Amino acid sequence: MKSLAELQAIKDKMKSKVVLREGAEAIRVVVGMATCGISAGARPVLAAFVEGVNEAGLAEKVTVSQTGCVGMCQYEPIVEVYEAGKEKVTYVEMTADKAKKVIEEHLKGGKVVTEYTIAASKA
Amino acid sequence: MIRAHVLICGGTGCTSSGSLSIQKAFTDNIEKNGLTDEVKLVQTGCFGLCELGPVVIVHPDGTFYSRVTPEDVEEIVTEHLLKGRVVERLVYADTGDEKVEGNVSLNDTVFYKTQNRVVLRNCGVINPEDIEEYIAMDGYAALGKVLTEMTPEDVIKCVSDSGLRGRGGGGFPTGFKWSLCAPNKADQKYVVCNADEGDPGAFMDRSLLEGDPHCLVEAMAIAGYAIGATKGYVYVRAEYPIAVQRLQKAIDQAREYGLLGKDIFGSGFDFDLDIRLGAGAFVCGEETALMTSIEGNRGEPRPRPPYPAVKGLYNKPTVENNVETFANIPQIILRGAEWFASMGTEKSKGTKVFALGGKIKHTGLVEIPMGTTLRQIIDDIGGGIPNGKKFKAAQTGGPSGGCIPASLIDTPVDYDNLTAIGCMMGSGGLIVMDEDNCMVDMAKFFLEFTVDESCGKCTPCRVGTRRLLEMLEKITQGKGTLEDIDRLEELCYYIKQNSLCGLGQTAPNPVLATLNFFRDEYIAHVVDKKCPAGVCKDLLTFTIDKDKCIGCGVCARNCPVSAITKTDYVAPGHKLASYEIDADKCVKCGVCMGNCKFKAISKI
Repeated sequence: MKSLAELQAIKDKMKSKVVLREGAEAIRVVVGMATCGISAGARPVLAAFVEGVNEAGLAEKVTVSQTGCVGMCQYEPIVEVYEAGKEKVTYVEMTADKAKKVIEEHLKGGKVVTEYTIAASKA
Repeated sequence: MIRAHVLICGGTGCTSSGSLSIQKAFTDNIEKNGLTDEVKLVQTGCFGLCELGPVVIVHPDGTFYSRVTPEDVEEIVTEHLLKGRVVERLVYADTGDEKVEGNVSLNDTVFYKTQNRVVLRNCGVINPEDIEEYIAMDGYAALGKVLTEMTPEDVIKCVSDSGLRGRGGGGFPTGFKWSLCAPNKADQKYVVCNADEGDPGAFMDRSLLEGDPHCLVEAMAIAGYAIGATKGYVYVRAEYPIAVQRLQKAIDQAREYGLLGKDIFGSGFDFDLDIRLGAGAFVCGEETALMTSIEGNRGEPRPRPPYPAVKGLYNKPTVENNVETFANIPQIILRGAEWFASMGTEKSKGTKVFALGGKIKHTGLVEIPMGTTLRQIIDDIGGGIPNGKKFKAAQTGGPSGGCIPASLIDTPVDYDNLTAIGCMMGSGGLIVMDEDNCMVDMAKFFLEFTVDESCGKCTPCRVGTRRLLEMLEKITQGKGTLEDIDRLEELCYYIKQNSLCGLGQTAPNPVLATLNFFRDEYIAHVVDKKCPAGVCKDLLTFTIDKDKCIGCGVCARNCPVSAITKTDYVAPGHKLASYEIDADKCVKCGVCMGNCKFKAISKI
């Protein structure tokens, strides 16, 4: 170790990996991973979020997590986005491609993709 | 991509309750379910809830599983990791009086909420065998700051201003200790870490070494820079194999990353560390004996002065600190002396780690701000005394310490308050005792320990402690007199004043403290020939209440010395004759009492 910059580089590289355990994240994406969700195709959705968030450099800010069945099995795969101070957004019938758009517009751009939300689906 | 971390405690407590086989079960099950790329297994240091071990935490949600068995692992993997359903029955959910439903994060439990983790901040969070995880948590940033921005004088001033005092028990101001050593000129100076944790019931240092070994490496390098030393030794007990292995790995990694060795951070500062294993002699926790032992000699203390700051290891100026003291240093450098001084009481700053043990619900490792009352530690964090028993006293400081009686349970725990009541902080072992503990017996236990561990170099300790023990034995056998109690006290003061090192000077403390707070128990042993707590066997008599005895004979069949026989007496309302105990044959093992379902047997 010859300089502080080297140390900082390791820290930056590792921080996103360890941040998973700190709980101080700004946005939390939760993918329903109960039997219903998995059989409806939640695994590729989860994978798409995990990879997409990292590729977009959002790992510091966004935690991707999994959860159980929320009770609306016919709408699975369901993805919920929690953000401090804002109302929860529930996306339904998600796919890996839809996930990319959510990452780009919602997680990165801050604009909810209304067409994928539960409200749009019911209408 | 990794989406979940499974943290398995690899501390000594959890390892002995089987965490290694759990780790293997996780590896197998994760592989079986094709989750190898998504779930990362991390072995961490002690989480502090040893009594609930083996402990497993699943992140990012922070679900805290306790008492996990290898059979549970499959369920955790298939339910939680695969389907995202928390296995409720294994979740530790004690949040005080009310049980909270659902997925309770570890941080919501009273056990953790009341704590303030500075020293233990990384324990149970990072992988102790990965230097990069330590770096991610600001590791080695303090060393970098010290070497690039601060002079050695600045470092010493920062540590002095923080008010940090030695955590090994004595409470000597750390900054002052460093400042005594820094100006001494020599071709070689040393930094020594005392990790020879020998008090019965104490495991703070072990948990730190196992959970965050890099913290110690970093802190010792900082100390080396402050006092102008280029070489350090960690003296750790060979009985701590996991700690030794992790520390060695940490030292190797630090060398590989250039954080130990020549020209660290391009500053021209050289520093390297080595481990020295102790063979388990208690006296080697005394600083001069420890240095003598590192030099390869028999571990015996030497007279002071000269103090180690002038003539320490190999007769060179040396600074020696305890593991926990060092573990505070990087945080003090990074967050400032004022931040540290804002915690704690007027003369005792910061936090203290305690190993809770004895008659308490949550045995484990806790870190609290100085000045927290004993009541908060025992009732809130520790969960109180099990089985509805009454709190009697807390023993602090192991064989060198005293005890805090129930009447002083609201004493704020810091160096000066404990010294004021004739107790001492000690290294952090805190053994809780309830009404079933005999205080004379407790003092005898610790005296047996010091008699064994006295190195024999000076007479007051070698002979004096043995005489103390003999008097205590006499008292617990019911052969003592009131004069014995006076002689006991007199000899205690003599040993304290005349012993060479800390071992002898503090050895009488358990006797003095119990004499001070529980003299009535001593008198009961001597005058009434009774042990009020029912512990001292020679003063007990087991008797059968002939009217309660239904004559089943279970006691007689289980008595190992055939001391119980049938009588001719049949109690009114019973069909069979009752039994009686022959006091001459009885060895007071208590087997009969444990077996009697009718509570007909009592000890008095």
